Amino acid sequence: MNRAARVVAPLAILLALLGAWELYADFGPVDRLILPAPHEVAQRLWLDRSLLWDNLKVTAGEILLGILVAGAAGFVCAIALHLSLTLRRSTYPLLVASQTIPIPLIAPLLVVWLGFGIAPKLVVIALISFFPIVVTTLDALARVDAGQVKLMRTLDASRWRIMRHVELPAALPGLFSGAKVAVAVAVIGAVFAEWIGSSSGLGNLVQTSIPNLATARAYAAVVILSAFAITLFALLTLAERLVVPWAHEPPQGRNR
Amino acid sequence: MDGVRVDGVERIFRGRGRRGDDVVALRGMSLRAAPGEIVAVVGASGCGKSTLLELICGLQAPDAGTVAADPAVLMPQRDLLLPWASALDNAGLALRVRGVSAAKARVEAVPWFERFGLGGFEHARPAELSGGMRQRVAFVRTLLAGKPVLALDEPFAALDALTRQEMQGWLARALAQEPRTVVLVTHDVEEAVVLADRVVVMSPRPGRAVAELEVGLPRPRHRTDAAVVALRERALEALGMAA
Repeated sequence: MNRAARVVAPLAILLALLGAWELYADFGPVDRLILPAPHEVAQRLWLDRSLLWDNLKVTAGEILLGILVAGAAGFVCAIALHLSLTLRRSTYPLLVASQTIPIPLIAPLLVVWLGFGIAPKLVVIALISFFPIVVTTLDALARVDAGQVKLMRTLDASRWRIMRHVELPAALPGLFSGAKVAVAVAVIGAVFAEWIGSSSGLGNLVQTSIPNLATARAYAAVVILSAFAITLFALLTLAERLVVPWAHEPPQGRNR
Repeated sequence: MDGVRVDGVERIFRGRGRRGDDVVALRGMSLRAAPGEIVAVVGASGCGKSTLLELICGLQAPDAGTVAADPAVLMPQRDLLLPWASALDNAGLALRVRGVSAAKARVEAVPWFERFGLGGFEHARPAELSGGMRQRVAFVRTLLAGKPVLALDEPFAALDALTRQEMQGWLARALAQEPRTVVLVTHDVEEAVVLADRVVVMSPRPGRAVAELEVGLPRPRHRTDAAVVALRERALEALGMAA
């Protein structure tokens, strides 16, 4: 694919989708208050720009902090599960089960425990983002070359030093993959978390706009959220290239 | 220092055969390597050569017989360099795992790079090195482990034929400079004759020593030397693969 096609193709798809949406909203059977047209959303994006920006700052903070918490907790948890087969067998199923808990179910509990501040939002975002990070990091740890570990043992490396020199660096690409998946789900998590109880944030804006029949504003908030997720994903991809450049090279056996 | 003594060793992998039966990797295997001696072990694939090296390195325990060896370090067929670390840090890994600081390990590894033709590549990552250079870095790492016995497991098998010949010459010179007790496992009979003081021929599984050839030729040796060719024929004959 040449350079022009790489830019043109995604733009064409985006324009086609927007065009279809515009036509459907203008001429279709659905009321504009239920499905606003793209031009209305675009209008809102501009008119409400300072409102959207202020709320984005709140939500972006929650998402970034939530992913950081999930990343740290997920990494530590993956290492613990990697080190102990017993722990892995006994808690991995629980980890999977934790992903099936609908957030509204535990929302009242979180509010009772943590109030209406940022803490319950962080818990929700971290709870959702934690899982992909644990799974991908654990997989990366499991893929560490057995020969490598054997070699470290003949160099008289202790368990800790094998961890420090071989397994921890090898787990980093897994952490990045997990974090990239987590970005998308963290945004959904943030919206849910703000619905539980909040006075600001883009999720809050969506929730308060709908009963006020400001559907276009709600859609504008979602557009901002998507753009934020894409930006975060791109930044993570960039960071990944800088921090673990070796992860995307062909494996052992390069003979030149 | 006693070099390496392997006496009547048996090693069985229970339930690891194709139908869940036992695999007898070694039975009645004996081997001696005097301190400073280079012993090559040749045999067909799957005759338990790698198992033998892991026993010598203490990575496995024999099911019968005894293994007594000075501390040994394994150099596997694949270089197993850490892709995220520089060549220098890979070489220094043996020191790092003993608690030496990164800076100090680098200082100790640098002179080896000059000696072994790796000068200028200290900061290259493994992906930027050729197969032969990677293997040389792996060899420096093996030497820096500071152990009297080197267990080399087909160290050049993954290289192309030309690089392999070049690396055999290089290893012969390196070992002349840095004498160690060496047990070199290979399926390349020529490599064995060119490098070793003695060649031990193993039977197919269950592996045991079936023949032993003293090489006793002056160094440096070339694969085309008449004496090397003659010994190679004898070793092949012992392997049951006479030309």
